[in-house]
Order: sequence, then structure tokens, then C-alpha cells
Amino acid sequence: MLYLLQHYWWLLVSLLGSLLVFLMFVQGGQSLLFGIVKSKEEKTLLINALGHKWELTFTTLVTFGGSIFASFPLYYSTSFGGAYWLWMSILFLFVVQAVSFEYRGKAGNVLGSKTYEIFLLINGFFGSLLLGVAVGTFFTGGSFVMNKMNITDPLQPVISYWTNGWHGLDAIANPFNLLMGIVVYLAARTLGLLYVIKQIDLDSLVAKAKVQIKVTGVAFILGFVGLLIALFTMTGHSVSPENGVISAVKYKYFFNMVELIWPAIMLICGILMVLYGIGSSLFSKGKFSFFITGGGVVLSVWSILICAAFNNTAFFVSTVNLQQSLTLYNSSSSLFTLKVMAYASLFIPFVMGYVIFVWRSLSKTKISNSDLDRPDAHKY
Amino acid sequence: MLLASLLGLSRLQFALTAMFHWIFVPLTIGLGFIIAIMETYYVRTGNEFWKRTTKFWMKIFAINFAIGIATGIILEFQFGTNWSNYSWFVGDIFGAPLAIEGIFAFFLETTFFAIMFFGWNKVSKNVHLLSTWLVAFGTVLSAMWILVANAWMQYPVGMEFNPDTARNEMVDFWAVALSPIALNKFIHTVTNCFVVAAVAVTGISSWYLLKKREEEFARKSIRIASVFGLISLIILIWSGDGSAYHVAKKQPMKLAAMEGLYRSQIGTPIVAFGILNPKKSISRLERDSLGFALQQPYLFNISIPKGLSLLVDRKSNTFVPGIEDIIQGGYTYINNQGEEVIALPVRERMKRGRVAIGALASYHKAKEVGDDQGKEIALATLKENFGHFGYGYIEKPTDIVPNVPLTFYAFRIMVILGGFFILLFSLAIYLERKGIIYRTRWFLVLSIVSVPLVYICTQAGWIVAEVGRQPWTIQDLLTTGASLSGVSASSVMTTTIMFFVLFSVLLAAELTILFKVIHKGPAQ
Repeated sequence: MLYLLQHYWWLLVSLLGSLLVFLMFVQGGQSLLFGIVKSKEEKTLLINALGHKWELTFTTLVTFGGSIFASFPLYYSTSFGGAYWLWMSILFLFVVQAVSFEYRGKAGNVLGSKTYEIFLLINGFFGSLLLGVAVGTFFTGGSFVMNKMNITDPLQPVISYWTNGWHGLDAIANPFNLLMGIVVYLAARTLGLLYVIKQIDLDSLVAKAKVQIKVTGVAFILGFVGLLIALFTMTGHSVSPENGVISAVKYKYFFNMVELIWPAIMLICGILMVLYGIGSSLFSKGKFSFFITGGGVVLSVWSILICAAFNNTAFFVSTVNLQQSLTLYNSSSSLFTLKVMAYASLFIPFVMGYVIFVWRSLSKTKISNSDLDRPDAHKY
Repeated sequence: MLLASLLGLSRLQFALTAMFHWIFVPLTIGLGFIIAIMETYYVRTGNEFWKRTTKFWMKIFAINFAIGIATGIILEFQFGTNWSNYSWFVGDIFGAPLAIEGIFAFFLETTFFAIMFFGWNKVSKNVHLLSTWLVAFGTVLSAMWILVANAWMQYPVGMEFNPDTARNEMVDFWAVALSPIALNKFIHTVTNCFVVAAVAVTGISSWYLLKKREEEFARKSIRIASVFGLISLIILIWSGDGSAYHVAKKQPMKLAAMEGLYRSQIGTPIVAFGILNPKKSISRLERDSLGFALQQPYLFNISIPKGLSLLVDRKSNTFVPGIEDIIQGGYTYINNQGEEVIALPVRERMKRGRVAIGALASYHKAKEVGDDQGKEIALATLKENFGHFGYGYIEKPTDIVPNVPLTFYAFRIMVILGGFFILLFSLAIYLERKGIIYRTRWFLVLSIVSVPLVYICTQAGWIVAEVGRQPWTIQDLLTTGASLSGVSASSVMTTTIMFFVLFSVLLAAELTILFKVIHKGPAQ
């Protein structure tokens, strides 16, 4: 039962992670500021279109963090407490985003609109990049040591340490993590462009987005292919279910895909949807391109995250002491807690149901300047 | 110097973040309900005046909501970044409410927030009203789960220590979710939020009356807010009494600090107002116990005879232990199992705590070498002494005493201001019913002054709850010192400075926008 629930919760956490990457179209859209967006009219429209959705992305990020804390607290403790500067950087990048939409256009704004637009741009680029880097550590691990029994030393009870002074910033220097960060950013930007095409009623901006999607979409696909090659050829780490011993296995993630099969099917479906979604935006009106590409991104990211921990894989490897690496078995909450939360998770379809209802209600028509010019409009 | 240490800086950073977060959250929670009431008037009457009024207060709500979200995520991250040991030790219990909060409350708030602000012309009036109510309930639901987690830290129940994983594990969800401390804390905190919002609405509306602007808007806003505030305040005071009752039972040291009570007696008085004698300090107790004993606890005080005994046990002759009594032990009390037991001296509890910690280490050593008998002995020792586990991390007995002056004065500030707000709301209702509120200048000024006061009051309440719990993160089980991450003090110092600068800038940005919106008024 515990085994089942540990895997169930990794599935859910991974699903939240993949939904987060999809919803980071908001970050991708923000990264278009000062780029293809030139006029004040375009800027205001873009920010307002994204502003209707930013809280959903932010909430998914918070829930993603909360779910990891709840289901795999040892990961939360080891990664957040160890890779201190990486997580703090992500935190600052998201805090400045949270106020920028609401405050940017308000009268009495002492920092000036431009400051908030810069905050949005920085969050759009570096926020998605660094979150990608953090996700990359699921495959590359970290320079930590962890021993729960340190708690029995009253003078030095800390159970985990990062062994170098970079405290997580070293993760950015890892080529795989960096590639993951860049691919997450490109995915976000591609989805941001598709969202502009789908949701904004301003021909000049949509035309520019359609030109941009050719470059960004292709870069995303190439980057993603590169990431998959790197992932499938890298050495992963396997944990023995019998004795918990962790050992290096060549092509571990490739074998995970092949041995489990269903993540591979998800990945193939995801890639086809991404290709179709981006292609349809180039050769047709692309009415559904955003959702098709988004669905493809969710499936692809979900399958990759599943392979990070399923099939007896260590999902947060200690590069200092392999045997102290984290697996689903040694880092999860207890059977009782996972069970309680599993009951709570039965409400997730209901939550997703009303999120979709509200999304549909508010996004039936494209957003235009005339919507924003209405006297009672809540304008960002 | 505490503030130069990792512990001091980590505590400072968490306190700074939590207090900054708590500037925005209570107004958001309370205002959500006031807005929902106003919109209900609009939907029922169809009067455009109520729509305009609702939309004005919604603007204030949105400005607060954004910054509340921004600061909320910082707290969530800090559990991991600065308190990683704590995250592991209690993640099995604390994580569940946090995850449930995310699934149930955050999505409810943010999803329907979108309809509330962007859906006026896209959904029907009734769907919009429902969304506004759902956002209000979402904010309360969100508060509920985080307060359940906080209550568990004050009174850990529904869990067992697992020696194999070296952490506490939940065994009874309902004991955690419905513990009397959690229920009381939830009611006390949420009604406190309602009062904050009611004072803010009354204060802002009074400013309009003082400026002879928006009279109908201001008077009707005051009418709703003052009644809402007064009802909330009555429940708040009732739950405050419950809080003190629970603190007395579960956290006697916190109560002693709240009262500045060092030595007690049968039929303990309560200090209604007092000034502590600075010479009677814990540092003096450590270095000069005779000199300490000769000092009176208060320079001046007005006390109600037997008041504290009545408050904590509803009996006039109950013995309420003071700080020195708790350190020295020897008095009888009723434990969590309902048995009458003699309190152990803290020094003895420290000894037993170290025995428990040592037994955990022995258990693991025996497990490693396959010594089953050794495991059993260690386990039995651990179980016998587990109630003192946290005391094993305490260096000296006086370390279990929280900051007495801060707790003592914060408690009095909270109570005195709470009493003042009864007067404020009662006067508001009376003057409004008489129809003279708009020309009662002194009251309007008082209402405006009350806005910063209500923030001082609510912050003081959290200071009592959190400073009073020191040195524990989890009462009797884990100290703040044993909860830390393995990061350097300089890293935490740097991020604390960064947070301080960020918060100062955000506060300035928020207030200037808020003042501008108020200045423009609902007509804009």
C-alpha cells in the first residue's frame, strides 16, 4: 500500500509540475515585453491578457511546493535547505511578479510602470529558466549529505548540508540543468506566443506573434530534442527495493521509458501534439493551437518527471555520498499521511472542473482595447 | 549576540516575513466578507449604488490580495530554506494541511477572484455574487488549514514518533484538524480579521465624512462595517478567553510570560495593567538568584484578585505556576491524559530529554548491527522519556523562558485595544442611528486613528502567540535551535537584508497606490 501511494503521489506531484510548465505561458508572455511588443497599446493589452491568468500559475507553483512538502518532506528539507540560493533566487523572482500586474497601471504608483514591466520581464525569463534548472536537479542531483541520525546530536542536529559554498547556484553551471532551464523557458515563450494568437484581438500584435512562433517554436523543438538525447544517454541511479542500495545505471532514463512503456507513449503523444499545435498555428488560424501544444507540453513533462523517480530510480542523487540519495521510499511521508492526502486528492477533478469552467467563462471572446476602455473594467 | 547567530537571524527573517504578511492578510479576509455582503445588497435591490460601493472596496481588496499572495509564498519557501530540520521532523503532519490548503483553498480563491474582477459583464449577476462569496470562503478556508498547522505546533496531538524515520508521524488526522486549540485559534484569528477589515472600512469612510465627500457611500459602509465588526469582536473576545484557557493548560510558560508571573500562589491575581520591573529579568536570575528574588516583578500594577485562577480554571483558588515554579517544578497539575501529576524540574526534563535522544541513537546503532534486544531496550527508554525529547536540546533551564517583557506588553496592548474597538463600533452604530455621525468630528478623527491601532493590535496578538512559544517550534518536542537549516549566518543575514529592502519598497508602493485610490474615491 505504501509503495502504491508513494508512486501515486509522485504521479500527482509530477502532474502539478507539468501543469505548472504549461501555465508558465504567463512567464513566456511576459518575456515578450520589450521584444515584439512595441507600442503602449500592445503592451497594455498583452499585460492585461496575461494578468487574467497569472494567479492560476502562481497558485499552481505554491500547490506544487506544498504537495512536495506534504508527500516527500525529506526532499523539501534537503533541497530547499541545501540549494538555498537557487530557491531564494526563484522566490525573489516570483515575489516581484506577484505585485507587478496589480500595481503597474495604478495611479500613485511610485516605482513607475516601467519598473513593474522590468519585474515582469525578469520573472518571465529568469523565473522559468531557474525553475527549469531546479527541475533538472531531479536528474543530476546535488552536492549534499544527509543523515537523519544527526538529530541525535543536540549540539549539531542538522540532518542535511550542502557540501559546497554555492548552495545551489552550482546547479546552474551544470549543462543538463541549464539546458532544462532553457527548454522550459522556450516552452513557456512558445505557449505565451500561442496565447497571444488565441486570446488577443489586435492584428499588429498577433501578426508579430505569428512570425515569432516560427523562431521560438523551432528553437523549442530543437532544444527539447537535445534535452531528450541528453536525458536518454545520461547515467541515472537505481535503488534496490530489497536493501535500498543505490547504484549507477547507464541509460537509466531511457530504460525507464522502455521498461514502463506508458510514459514513452505519453511522451510520443506529447511530442506529436506539440508538433501539431505549433504547426497548426503556422498554417491555419490556430484556434486550438494553444491548448493542443499546452496538452502536449503537459504530457511530455509529466512523462519525463515520472521517469525521474519511477522504476526504482533515485530522484535526488547525492553527488557526494550516493547512498544518501533520495528515493520515493526513503523520502516520503508515512502511509497514514499519504492515505489522508489521497482522499483529499479525490477532489482534484472537481477543482479542475471549476477552474476550466471559469477559464471558459472568461475567455470566450478575445480581449481587445475596447474591453479595457470600458469604465468599469479592472485594468492592469 | 542572538541576532548575529544563525538562529537569531533565521527567527528575525521569519518574524519579519510573517509580520509583513499579516499586514495584508487580515484585511483581505475580512474585506472579502464585507464586499460579499455589499454585493448581496446590490443583487437583491438592483440599486447601482451598491455596485459602485462594492467595486470601490474591491479595488482595496485587490491591492491587498496581490501583496498577500506575494508574501505568503515566502513563508512556504522559508520552511524549507531556513528551517529544513523542522520540515523533515514535522513534514508528515504539517505538510498535509499545507497541501490541502493548496488544493482546496488557494484554487478556490484565485479562480473565482478572476470572475470577481473580470467577470462583471461575462457572467450573470448571481454567478458573480456566488464567486464573490466563494472568494471570501476561500480566504477563510486557506486561513483554517494554516492555523491547524500552527495550532499543532502549539499543542502537538494526533501523532507518534517513528524511531525508524526519526520524525513525528500523523496517526489521527481529525485529532490534528479538530483539536480544541485549532478550533479556538481558527475562530479567534478569523474574527480578528473581520475586526481589522471593519475598522479599516470605518476609518476610510470616516475620512470621506470628514472631507464632506461621498456621504451616502461612507455612512452605509460604516453601518455595515460597524455591525459586522461588533458581532465579530464579541466572538473574538469569547474565543480569546478560550485561548487563554488552553494556553494555561498546554503552555503554562507562555501564560506566565504573558502575566510577568515569576512566583505564584493559590488564587493568582491577574494584572490588568502594569509596568514590569526591568531589574527582575531572566539574565539576572541566571547570575544573581538572591538579587533576583529581592526584586518585585512590577514597578506598578493594577491587579484583579484571583483573576488569573478564574480565567484559567474557572475556580478562584487554582494555583497558576509562575516562571520560577515551572523551572523548579514540584507543583501538581493535570496532564493531557487527565491525571494529576507533579511537575518535574526543567533540569530533570533536560536530563530525560537527553536520555530520549540517546535512546534514539542507541536504537539505530542496534538496528545497524542487528541487535534486536538492544533495539527493544532503546525503544522502551525512548518511549518512556519521549515527552521530554525536546528538552534534550535545551542548554540551561532558563532557556525555556520566552521574552517576558515583549510577551507581557504585547498581550496588554492586544487586550486594551480590543476593548477600545468595542467602544469604537458601539459609538459608530449609535452615532449613525442618530444620524449625526457625519458632523461628529472627534469620532471621525478617532476612527481614522483606529486604523493603525487595529494593525498594532493584531500584530501584538501574533507576538503573544509566537514569541510566547519560544524556545519551541513544536511545544516540548523541537526547539527553534534544532529546527534550523545547515546554511551560514551570513547567507541568512544577506537574505534578511534583501527581504527588508523588498518589503519596505513594496509597502511604500502599496500604500501610495492605496491612498491614491482612497483619495479618488468610489465615484472614479
